[in-house]
Order: sequence, then C-alpha cells, then structure tokens
Amino acid sequence: MTYSYWVLARALLPEMTLILGALIVLGYDLLRAKVHTPEERRSAALWIGATAVLAAIVDSIFVGQLGPVYGFTLVLDSLAVPTRTAVLGLTLLTLGVSAGARLMRHPAEYVAIILFATVGFTLMCAAHQLLVAFVSLELASLSLYVLAGFAKDRRESAEAALKYFLFGGMAAAFLLFGFSLIYGVTGELDLTRIAFSVAHTELTPLLALALVMVLVAFGFKAAAAPFHLWAPDAYEGAPTPSAALIASASKVAGFTLFLRLLWPGLGPLAGDISTLGNTGGWQTLVALLAGASMLLGNFVALAQTNLRRLLAYSAISHSGAMLLGVIAWQTAGLGPVFYYMATYGLATVGAFGVVAVLEAHGGCDKITDLAGLSRRSPLLAGTLTVFILSLAGIPPLAGFFGKFAVFAAALRIGGVAGPAGWLALLAIALSAVALYYYLIVLKQALVAAPKPENAGRIRVPLAAALALLAAAAGIIYLGLFPSVVLDLF
Amino acid sequence: MHLLPATIYLSFAGAVLALVAGTRSAAMARGVALVTALFGWGVGLLAATGFTPSNEMIALVDAPWIPQLGIRYHLAADGISLTLVVLTGLAATAGVLFSWNIEERTGEFFAFYLALIGGVYGVFLSADAFLFFVFYEVAIVPKYFLIANWGSTNREYGAMKLALYSFAGSALVLAGLLWIYASGHADGFSLSQLAAAAVTLGRPAQLAVFALLFTGFAILAGMFPFHTWAPTGHVAAPTAASMLLAGVVMKLGAYGCLRVAMPLVPMALEFWAPVIAWLAIAGIIYAGLVALVQEDFKFVIGYSSVSHMGFVLLGLAAANATAAAGAVLQMFSHGVIAGLLFAVVGRMVYERTHTRQLAALRRMPLHRLMPFTAVVFVIAGLASMGMPGFSGFPAELTILMGAWQASKLWAIVAAVGVLVAAAFTLRAIQVAFFGQTDEESDLTSHAHLMAPITWPERAGSLLLLAATVLIGLKPDLLLHWIVPSLHSPLFQAVWQGGVR
Repeated sequence: MTYSYWVLARALLPEMTLILGALIVLGYDLLRAKVHTPEERRSAALWIGATAVLAAIVDSIFVGQLGPVYGFTLVLDSLAVPTRTAVLGLTLLTLGVSAGARLMRHPAEYVAIILFATVGFTLMCAAHQLLVAFVSLELASLSLYVLAGFAKDRRESAEAALKYFLFGGMAAAFLLFGFSLIYGVTGELDLTRIAFSVAHTELTPLLALALVMVLVAFGFKAAAAPFHLWAPDAYEGAPTPSAALIASASKVAGFTLFLRLLWPGLGPLAGDISTLGNTGGWQTLVALLAGASMLLGNFVALAQTNLRRLLAYSAISHSGAMLLGVIAWQTAGLGPVFYYMATYGLATVGAFGVVAVLEAHGGCDKITDLAGLSRRSPLLAGTLTVFILSLAGIPPLAGFFGKFAVFAAALRIGGVAGPAGWLALLAIALSAVALYYYLIVLKQALVAAPKPENAGRIRVPLAAALALLAAAAGIIYLGLFPSVVLDLF
Repeated sequence: MHLLPATIYLSFAGAVLALVAGTRSAAMARGVALVTALFGWGVGLLAATGFTPSNEMIALVDAPWIPQLGIRYHLAADGISLTLVVLTGLAATAGVLFSWNIEERTGEFFAFYLALIGGVYGVFLSADAFLFFVFYEVAIVPKYFLIANWGSTNREYGAMKLALYSFAGSALVLAGLLWIYASGHADGFSLSQLAAAAVTLGRPAQLAVFALLFTGFAILAGMFPFHTWAPTGHVAAPTAASMLLAGVVMKLGAYGCLRVAMPLVPMALEFWAPVIAWLAIAGIIYAGLVALVQEDFKFVIGYSSVSHMGFVLLGLAAANATAAAGAVLQMFSHGVIAGLLFAVVGRMVYERTHTRQLAALRRMPLHRLMPFTAVVFVIAGLASMGMPGFSGFPAELTILMGAWQASKLWAIVAAVGVLVAAAFTLRAIQVAFFGQTDEESDLTSHAHLMAPITWPERAGSLLLLAATVLIGLKPDLLLHWIVPSLHSPLFQAVWQGGVR
C-alpha cells in the first residue's frame, strides 16, 4: 500500500482544475462586476467555467496509471474514469444550457457552485472508502441545495431547495448511520476490506439494518419510489439548469457511488435473485425499489400537465430501470448500466435545456406551452424530439439500446422465472405506457399550432444551441454505435 | 442485388433533403420526394432483374455492429423480401404522387414520409432480429406525426391509438426476442442463432414466446380483435399515409409473423394455428360485415383492409408453402389495391366533394362528374373483390387452396368472406359513384366545383392499376420469386411442425 502524494495530486488533477476554475470565476467577477452588465458577467463566468470543465475532462481522460490512489482512499479504475468523464461532460452541457436560461442575480456564484458540485461528483465516482464517499456526497449535495434555491426572487425555488434539503439531510443521516453500522461490524472503512470481512459472515440483523439504511439513502439519491417525493417539487421549482444538473450529472455520480459500494463493497451480501424464494440480500430490496419506481413513475407521469413534473416522473421511472441495471451488473458488468446512465443524462440535460430556453422566452410551465415549437424554433423542436424519443426508448436513439442492454442482462439472471426477469418484462410493458406521455409532449411541440400570445420566433443563444446540438448528436451517435461505450469495460 | 441496401440509405437521405428543401419551397420538397421514391423503386426493380430465385437468403451486408451482444449489421434478401421491396417502392412512388397537393409544411411531411419508407425497406431487408426490430420501430414514429399533423377526422385520437397499438405490439415482440436470447443463451440475434436458442426452451416456454411474437406482429397486421387501430388510423390519416399504412405498414406485421415469429419457434405454430386461423377468419368476415354498414366511405375501405389482411393471416396459419406463397402474394396485391382505393376516396373524391358520407355522395352522380375516378374505383373494386384478371384473384385463390390442405372447414368459411367482400365493394361503388340527382341544375353546379383530375393523380392511378392487372394476368412473375424462398431450411422446419 502506497501513500504517494504525487499519485494523489495526479489523480486529483480534474478536481484541482475545477476548484481553480471556480476561484477564477469568482475573482474575475469580483474585479469586473461594477463594469459589466449582468449578461456579460454571466457569459464571462460561463466561458471560464466551461474552459475549466474542458480542462478537467482532458485531465480525467489522460489520467495516467490506473489503480488505487493514496492507499485505497480513491481508486481509478474502469468505472471511475468513464463516469468521471461522463459527469464532467454533463456538467459542461449544463453550463451551456445555463447560457440560454433566464438571467439570475449573481451569475458568477452560480457557475462557481456548479463547479464545486462537480468536484463532489467526480470524487463520488472515484471514492473507495466510506468516509471519502460520504464527504464527497455531502459536498455535492450541499452545493445542489444552494443551486436549487438560487433563484431567490421565486417562492418555488425556495420551496424546492427546502424540500430537497430536508429530504437530502435525512437521507445523509441514514447513510451515515448505515456506514457507522458497517464500520462497527467490520471494523473497516475500505471497500475491499469490507467485502473481505462480510464474505465470511452471514447476513446478521445488524448488517441487514445497515443495508436498509444505505439503500434508503440510495433511494433518495436515485429518486426511486418510495423515496422520490422530493423530485417533482425540486425539478419544478429549482432554476432549470440546477434541475438539469440534479437530474443528470448528480444522478450518474450517485449511481456510481452506490454501484461501487454495493458490488465491490457489499457484493457478498447481494443475495440471489435468480429465482423466487432464494436467500435475501440487498438485491431483493433494490429490485423492490426498481419495480415500485417503474410503476409509480410511469403511471403518475400520465397525469401530469406540467412539463418539469412530467420529466421528474419520467426520471423516477428511468431510475427504476437503472436500478435494474445495478442488479444486472452480475451478468453483464458495468457496460449496460453505465451506457444507460450516460445517455439518460444526455437526454435529460437536453430536455431541460430546451425548457430553459423557452422559459427565457415567455415561460414553459405547462406542456401546452410547447405549442407550435416547430414553427417558433426548428432547432429547439428538432433537438427536443431527439431527447424525448430517446427517453421513450425509440431506436436508433441511445435510450433504446440502453433499455435493450439492461433488460437483456436482467433477463439473463434466471430467465423469465426469476424476479429480475419479471422486472425486465414489466419494464418492457411499461415502455409502451410511457410512449403515451412522451408523445403528448411531442404532439404539442410538433403538431399543435402556436398560441397567439406566444408565437414569436425564438432566438437561441449560441452556447445553448451548441450544447443542445452536442447532446442530440451524442444521443444519435451513441445510439448508432453503442459498442463505443461498451468497449470501455 | 447488392444495390438493395441503397433503398434504405436513399430514403433516409431523401428525408433530410426534403426537410431542407422544404424550407425553400414546397415544389422542391415534392421533387426531392418523388425522385427519392422513384430511385428506391428503380433500385428494387433493378435488383429484381438480376435476381435468381433460390431457397437461400442472399447476404447484402454483414458486418459486426455491437459485438458485445453478438449483434450484426446484417442485411439479406430473398424472393419474399424482394417482392415486398418492389411493393414498397411502388406504393411510395404512388403515395408521393397522391400527396402532390400537400401545401402546409410540405418539407416536414415528406421528411416523415420518407423516414417511414426507409424504416420499411430496412425491415424487409434485415436478417438480424435486433436490426429488424430497430427498423420496425423507426417506421412507427413517423406514422404518428403524419397522421396527427396532416390528417383529417379525429386525427389526434387516430394517431395516438395507432402509435400505442403499434408500440404495444413491438413491446410484445421485444419481450419475446429477449426471452429467447436470455433463456436460450443465444450468442447473437441472427435469426438462425435465435432459432437454435429457442429449441432449448421447454415446450410451454416456446408456446408462450410464439404467442408474444406472433401477437405482437399481428397487431400491426390488423388481426382481429386487435384491429381497431386500423380503421380509425386509416381514416384519420392523410391520403398518402393511409396508402402507406394499408399498403405497406400492415405488411410489416405480416412479414414479421412470417419471417421472425414462425421460423424462430416452428413447433408452436401447429399448436396455435387453429387459434390464428379462426381469428383470421373472424377478421375476414366481421370486418367485411362492418364495412357493409359503414356510412363513411373511408371507413368502408379501412375495414376492407382488415378483412383482406385476414386472408394473409389465414395463409400463414395454414402452415404450408402454398398458403404462405398466397399470403405473400396477397400482401403485394392488397398493398397495391388498398393504395388505389384510399387514393380514390381520400384524394380524388374527398378533396373535391368535401364529404365522405355515403348519404351525401348518393346525391351526386360522380360517374358523370368525375368519370376517370369512377373508372379507377370500379376497376380497383373489382380487383379488391377478387375478380379473375386482377392480382387479388390468384392471391386469395392460392391462400384458399393452401388452407384447404390444412382444414377444409377454414377454406369454406373463409370463402364466405369473399362474398362479403363482393357485397361491400359493390355497395360502395353503387352508392358513391352511381348516385342519382333529380335536378339537372345540381349537376352543373357540382361540376363547377370539381377541379379536374391532375396529372399526378392520373399517373399514380395508372401505375397502381397496371401493377394489379400485370400480377393478375401473370402471378407467376412474383410466385417464381416467392416459392423457392419458402423452401429454405428455416421455413422447411415450420412446414414440418418444428422437425428439422
């Protein structure tokens, strides 16, 4: 075991870049705030922030030697490197989306906090020790609470932040309690040693309690039913770029953290889910969360009239499918679940990006506010079509292959006789239900005539347009060539 | 032959081009669409000239696509696919001609239209089940927008119903395919790999998988009692989309049954055949009777499509090469005739009279107001009834002959359906075209309102009429391609009840 500061610094290069970027953003704004208009301050902050994230992406791709860092505090492996890059990419798109959103006070602080949150995300992707995992999760969460409440002039934003914070704080308490129980039973903080330790014990009541605690926190982070209640309110009330970040990068990072915790750390306690009535483990609980999320998310989404709430319930149903992907790790490895998370993140950032631009041009609360989008802005309508169809799982877009790979892997666990297989069949059936509400959105955007009070053409800012086009291109490219991603694992 | 994949790429490229051209002028978009459709058809016909019928699929492209799951980009063709590719080209060309009058958002219309065509070509040429499924779904989404944007009566309802039925069907198909893949531990998604994997499943599982796959596809083929999307969708759709829906898209379902469901699980057909056959016969007769009492002219045609597709399904259920050859021939024949009927009703009549109510048409002597249209409809009606000399006759006769081998009762009851078809077609001809008016002044006032038949309408009608007469007089042009393909090893297993 080596504790080299040099290796640590090398591994943390993306994080250091991000922090440096955030400081430059703040410093530059401090110097120029008096001279510049808010619009200029925002674009300066965004360009600096985007440069920092781009540099961090380069750092995270060319990370050098893979392996443990500073003992086993962090680990750079085939899970950490792609997820770190994906999280950074999604943050970059979020920054692009912010360029098209409604202008807020203190734009530089907003960008800086996004960068701080991203530091939390990237650390979550690499954390290999309970304490580091918890601290990075909290760094990300605290930043996200601030981001959710950033629009101080809107009551909804404050409501979103408070709800998110209360639920998040509770979940963090559960997680910490779970961690302390795990530490108490095994005497270890390192995931590999924990795995070694629990491999030789059976599922004691204390460990079972710890598992439940951990999974409650996971359910919150993933917005899985029945821990989803914060999501619709937070997605609805938070400033749109914050919602985009919460729904995409934060979700990828959260799933990565728990994937690592559950399989490499608590893998021996996974139990067997290939047939009904086998030994229980955390997989049973995850399967329950997955089934509940898919059912609740899809059916409640049918009744939504608010676009952001619809996206929130769609996010809940997608969480269900991703949880299924977590279970499917055992047959297919990381490929399917990572592909699903990354492409889902792309589509979500994109969809929220379209919402953000629309909000800056007359509002986008109801789904009917999309009416006539194809005539108001072909760019927004076209990219929204790609995002929504990808979320609906229509080939050749990436959302389809994500579902396909996850379901195929889940069905390989015991076939149609086992609970995992049932969940896969349920998910396939529900995808036909989901098509209805996704088509309702597209019907407004592509079919309905514009409302007279909202009929002007929309000018999309360049950075936002680039972000939307990049996200759409990514979805199409990954959908046509999924093996690009699968080859990473 | 090896040019055939170009039909797919050309259509998608044409879709993008039409979208771009549409921002300049509607005429350019139309031109792009017509050229694309003609090219696709031309490529199909060119491939047909160099085609030697055999019982093997000719591989067109075969490259690894997603090696992690054993999925290949594998396009292949045999006589069946070739028949349907040629049909698609023909229907697409005629459809463009009959949508010459689309003025609103023309570029987008043809973009969706050509994307749909591209998906259809893809389905007919895919030899890998995953690829097949991808193209199958690609063809669903444009239908929704074609109907919801440019449709008529109750278009949003019709479009959504059609999309949900189609997607529910494809969800069943996906479940069936994944079931075989996962439980049979297949190495990939090629039809032969999946067929080999399916054998390892137990008998109940095989029966269940077959039910999933066949029902999923048959929904799109308009199988009773899952046919209800078809009439509402056809009626709501703009003319060209109805032509494609009835002419080509319903064939996707039947083709899926024939190409995927039956060869993958050959032993299950024997078990399910009576169920399928009776549902098919119920569809033939029930839809025919419903067509007999419709008051909306387009609904008559919509239900007649369901009735005719019942013959295709009956041909598949009979589980012998004769009936299956008839089924494929019927797919072609119905594709042409349904296109023609929808063109007459939706474009030539409705656009001029602005009504489809038979009660209203009864008061207009259309045979004098638009003689060309009347002649076209009478000929198309005769073809639809199964008159000798038109393509419907050899197709339905072959199916009935094949069905007779399987069960005499099926053939006899289904033959009643031919009578019903004659009844509803003759009624439609009589009421819609040979109505009476008491006052001569009415006639002249109507005559002023009716725009003359344009050249695209004439060209499209003649094209389709020529096809139905040609195949009616010389069905072995197509049977010569189709029959050898039905003796491939995969199909042999089907006809022999799963014995390989």
